[in-house]
Amino acid sequence: MKLTIKLFATFRQGRFDIAEREFAPGTTVGQIVDQLDLPREKLGILMVNSRHVQLERVMAEGETLAIFPLVGGG
Amino acid sequence: MDKIVRINMGAAGGPQVTTEPAGEFAGLGGRATTSMIIGKEVNPLCHALGAENKLVIAPGMLSGTSGAMSGRLSVGCKSPLTGTIKESNAGGQAAQVLGRIGYAAIIIEGKPAGDDLYKIHVSSAGVKVEVDNSLKLLDNYPLIEKLRGQYGDKVAYMSIGSAGERLMHAASIACTDPELRPTRHCGRGGVGAVMGSKRVKAIILDDSGCKQRAPHDPEAYRDANRKFVEGLRKHPVTGEGLPAYGTNVLTNVLNEAGGYPTRNFTSGVFEGGAKISGEAQAELETKRGGSATHGCHRGCVIQCSGIFNDKDGNYVSKQPEYETVWSHGGHCGIDDLDTIAKLDYMDDNIGVDTIEMGVTVGVAMTAGLCEFGDREGAIRLVEEVAKGTPLGRILGSGAGTTGKVFGVEKVPVVKNQALPAYDPRPIQGIGVTYATTPMGADHTAGYAIATNILKVGGDVDPLKPEGQVELSRNLQIATAAIDSTGMCLFIAFAIMDQPETFQALIDMLNAFYGTNLTADGVVALGKQVLSVERDFNQRAGFTKADDRLPRYFYTDPIAPHNQTFSVTDEDLDSVFTW
Repeated sequence: MKLTIKLFATFRQGRFDIAEREFAPGTTVGQIVDQLDLPREKLGILMVNSRHVQLERVMAEGETLAIFPLVGGG
Repeated sequence: MDKIVRINMGAAGGPQVTTEPAGEFAGLGGRATTSMIIGKEVNPLCHALGAENKLVIAPGMLSGTSGAMSGRLSVGCKSPLTGTIKESNAGGQAAQVLGRIGYAAIIIEGKPAGDDLYKIHVSSAGVKVEVDNSLKLLDNYPLIEKLRGQYGDKVAYMSIGSAGERLMHAASIACTDPELRPTRHCGRGGVGAVMGSKRVKAIILDDSGCKQRAPHDPEAYRDANRKFVEGLRKHPVTGEGLPAYGTNVLTNVLNEAGGYPTRNFTSGVFEGGAKISGEAQAELETKRGGSATHGCHRGCVIQCSGIFNDKDGNYVSKQPEYETVWSHGGHCGIDDLDTIAKLDYMDDNIGVDTIEMGVTVGVAMTAGLCEFGDREGAIRLVEEVAKGTPLGRILGSGAGTTGKVFGVEKVPVVKNQALPAYDPRPIQGIGVTYATTPMGADHTAGYAIATNILKVGGDVDPLKPEGQVELSRNLQIATAAIDSTGMCLFIAFAIMDQPETFQALIDMLNAFYGTNLTADGVVALGKQVLSVERDFNQRAGFTKADDRLPRYFYTDPIAPHNQTFSVTDEDLDSVFTW
């Protein structure tokens, strides 16, 4: 299945800002995080369709996953 | 910090300076000091720009010590914008310098009869108040340039621009940063207009010959400070994200979450968000020879600010904060960082709150004064404020007044203060803070974004009303305490996640003052501050009907979540039940 992955802040370094990639059906958010070598202890926010999701969330064809490290401001 | 200086600007024969022991305010600082003095000494029914109001300036409990992050300065008064009690704090050098000089507070009271303009010089030798009419209507950058010619670079300056002199309700008080730029502002609530009403243009803080404040137990203080700094460096928010991208790292986060108020709160997603994001801003700043990492005061280890240059490498402004990038950017449909940085400079120079000013421009766009997305139009409107034209005076009075004058129905204000950069419909926790804080709509007063969106300090679903009242209550209590310590609020990201870093902060307070404060004691201080502030507001005539969001947040859903604010009135009324 085709998914759009968006990376932000420090996670972009040495990777990409936005990319369309093929994944096997049934792929979870956690599997994508691991495939991208994103350190789990630095994970902040995971969002699909403007909603927070957990690592166990199974992705569906055509969805966009946004992955942020822990960030703050305000 | 064992004494308070009182300056009666309205004394017969000219301003009168008296010094008194700190007394019941000894050992307090920042917001605790300003709110308790205002609560005790100011008639809540007074006119905010009248002689009865007072302007209280207080360094934090640890300001002027060797402790990291302790450079926040609190300014308190009755607010001309909200009519409530107000505490507005800023970074910059002022708090550290004032702490070292040794004053727990400067109280400016009364009001002179004529139209002379004054400057106040504060040093270990005492306080001098002088007429200086050559400063009239100078804006902050040229004003500081002129004062530096007389007082040099080894002092800190606090000042108002033309907006403060013209008593505009959006007027701020500027504090200089380590490079003596007037970039750090006590922005919210029109505190600059109160300083202007006292006819005080500038305060020069000179700590020459003064030493750092000495802790009760120097070794324990040094040890606790070291652990505190280690904790800040270790946490990904304070150690990596904020130094690299600044607060504007939030643009992409809020936009992805559908909580980014776009075109005057009519959508939760801005299609131009990526262009004005923290990532894009940091890249541009670095490319142009500015800097994406800069501290607003010496002793800051987070370094969330930066320097924004133009394409030729010339200084434009300090790195605009997330709230400024939003208010002048997405809120107005503007997706251009150069325009936003120019507006940030104009706001700092005129001396107006960037949140109130940007939100006002968006309300003016709703009214049809110019189109959403019109960069030049936005600049023209702020130029009106700089010139003090009749239109400029309306805009400089803030979003609420501008909405009324131009007949705009949907104006994002609570207690007449503009909502900041987070929509309360898809982020219900921040809506509870906006509605109930004694300050009028203010994100910092109980930053529920941390837990609703950023998942720092726990996880409460932003889209549901459940858990939001408790979250906002706890954050408002903690913030009132932190605002009293003089610590930058961004330490909260680390102390919410790392108990040992919170303990290090408590150890710093105890080592400095020789006390036995516990976490419960910190909570008690926060509650005490909030209670004093709520009591002032009640006596000023505020009721629970004022602790509500504007009606349209309850009736008009916005994309992408298509939901309204759904925390009940009964729940809002229980925020301060403890």
